[in-house]
Amino acid sequence: MASNMYHKEKSIQMKSSASALYNNLSVLRIAPRSLTYFTVVHANMVNMVSASWDGLNYSHRQLQSKEANVATSSSLIMQAAWCVLPSRDILVLTSQKGIQMYESDGSIMVYWHALDTPETQTAQAVFARGIAAVREKYICVGISSGSMLVFDVPIKGSNITLSEVLEEHKESITDLASECSGSLECIADMVSADDSGNLCVWKSGEDFQLLNKIPGFDMSCSSVKLWKGTVVAGYGTGQIRLYEAVTGIVHAEVNAHARWIYSLDIAPFSGLLLSAAEDSLVRVWHLTMTPETNSVEIVHMYNECVTDTQICGAKFCDGDGYAFAVTGYDLSEIIRYTQV
Amino acid sequence: MSSRTLPLLFINLGGEMLYILDQRLRAQNIPADKAKKVMNDIITTMFNKKFLEELFKPQELYSKKALRTVFDRLAHASIMRLNQASMDKLYDLMTMAFKYQVLLCPRAKDILLVSFNHMDAIKDFVKDTPSVLSQVDETYRQLIEMYTPLSSGEFQLIRQTLLIFFQDMHIRVSIFLKDKVQNSNGRFVLPISGPVPHGTHIPGLIRMFSCNGEEVKRLQFRNGGNYTGVLREGSFEMFGERVIKLGTNMYSVSRPVETHMSGTSKNSAQKKSVNTTPNPLAKEELNMLARLMGGMEVQKPGNADSVLLCYEHCFNQQANAELAKIMGDFTEEAGEPCSSSANSKGDDLLAMMDGL
Repeated sequence: MASNMYHKEKSIQMKSSASALYNNLSVLRIAPRSLTYFTVVHANMVNMVSASWDGLNYSHRQLQSKEANVATSSSLIMQAAWCVLPSRDILVLTSQKGIQMYESDGSIMVYWHALDTPETQTAQAVFARGIAAVREKYICVGISSGSMLVFDVPIKGSNITLSEVLEEHKESITDLASECSGSLECIADMVSADDSGNLCVWKSGEDFQLLNKIPGFDMSCSSVKLWKGTVVAGYGTGQIRLYEAVTGIVHAEVNAHARWIYSLDIAPFSGLLLSAAEDSLVRVWHLTMTPETNSVEIVHMYNECVTDTQICGAKFCDGDGYAFAVTGYDLSEIIRYTQV
Repeated sequence: MSSRTLPLLFINLGGEMLYILDQRLRAQNIPADKAKKVMNDIITTMFNKKFLEELFKPQELYSKKALRTVFDRLAHASIMRLNQASMDKLYDLMTMAFKYQVLLCPRAKDILLVSFNHMDAIKDFVKDTPSVLSQVDETYRQLIEMYTPLSSGEFQLIRQTLLIFFQDMHIRVSIFLKDKVQNSNGRFVLPISGPVPHGTHIPGLIRMFSCNGEEVKRLQFRNGGNYTGVLREGSFEMFGERVIKLGTNMYSVSRPVETHMSGTSKNSAQKKSVNTTPNPLAKEELNMLARLMGGMEVQKPGNADSVLLCYEHCFNQQANAELAKIMGDFTEEAGEPCSSSANSKGDDLLAMMDGL
């Protein structure tokens, strides 16, 4: 393990602190403008910070949950994430009330989808959670019932339509991920995870096709990634598992963290994996694929302890994994690290 | 978020409140029978059947303001009176204590064990009063029925809901500062040592498999912490060892830091000796609460007996009337369904607490 692989950079201050929610950090790199956007959820609001690469300019925006009522807790946002499509970037907010989609810089809301909320409160919570951009034109969002909504997104404009509802999971969706290697050869386009640890592997299209179902072990899978046909799943027990997506074959099992894993991320060009948990640790791993033997290896590269912090979001800031950013519960800053 | 959060929030905060009040009653040498009456009256109100029925219904968490009002009224369910500053302090201590417990819970599910720790202590407070005891037992059953079937993910949602409620609260509590579980900036210490939660493995092992499931390689990595083993699972039944210590009484007599405060026995009526508190802050916090007892001292010439006298006076004339009113309202409402409009989420419970 390289103990000095990364070092801490100047943190970015936010207008409010991060809430304890899975995958509570989204990063969008805008190379043409030498900017990076960061979004972090705080209760019924989203903090959006844009940071110039020279470290000199920061600007803030806060997005409200639609139908937010300050006095009640019934319109909390579960997740905010950028969906990168070929022609546009859409910022998606999922809350207890529904799904909001914004154009690029968060200035214009282009779409609103309300969830069916029952008249009287039920024991089962209602919310949307789990966001992924799939192939060229889809945005998928998970629901607490286990359903997944597939939205068809045009090249531009607000004519976004609900294309399909996938009913495969029986427990609340926790996270969604699309194939991030950029390779067109991969059969599987998306993986979905739920509160019982069940994973579904999908092929996108007019009708999404279920390729495989990987059973859980009664423990929530809170974060999932898909890279070069390999599913990387993080669980509430602190374990990380690597599966071959289409067959469900287990490549590796890692006793990675001492507490619930809250975030995973992959740097697609280098195969670096980032994991972060309630145990205050962020760990960097390296994945190597050996197609000849159909094997995947994972080695541990680096640890970073964010003292006295339960981490809720961790993402690489670029495709090589040269830098990563971290958020923690009750922390009003985005902590950044770059390779030495 | 989770619509099953309120009962746990109420019971645990209520439990912390009782610990603090119990400690003050002992520290101020309030006669045992009076102290017991105060505790019993509050616990009776807390576990009132209709109140709990309303509490256990699926609902969103109250706003901070609404919940504070519930506890203001609960704290006044006996002859005890607190001024604004004392109530503020009491509430700060209660909420920071439960925030600490939620954060430090090894597993999300262990919040239920923390709740049982509070319940176990409450049961002990009223063990000599069968009528209240049966209410407490009934609450155990409701907790077990509602929470034991929940999955890990559902518990984590409850935990996340609670953490949003406690977000940005960094009030410094001297007992926590002294024990070094809280930093001077108000944030709690999260150790990367000790046992890992039940069901988790100590981090460090990577196992890699071939296509047919055989383990082909093992790697060890340094986990950066100092983990010492795996916790046993605590009991989720009405009785049993909870294993988790969070939610037990940190103000109890056996704690070294507190013994000087409750140096006199419960049954004596000695004057309180001068306290030489190692941590002046701790004494200050709890003494503000003590005004709830001593508040009546202002009306009589100061001596230890004055509190007692005033207590008797108030108890006989005022207390019964107050209690009767509150309890009366509960029984009057029997048979009427509680309305809960979208705009008055806390109002039903508040109305019940108020007795108005």
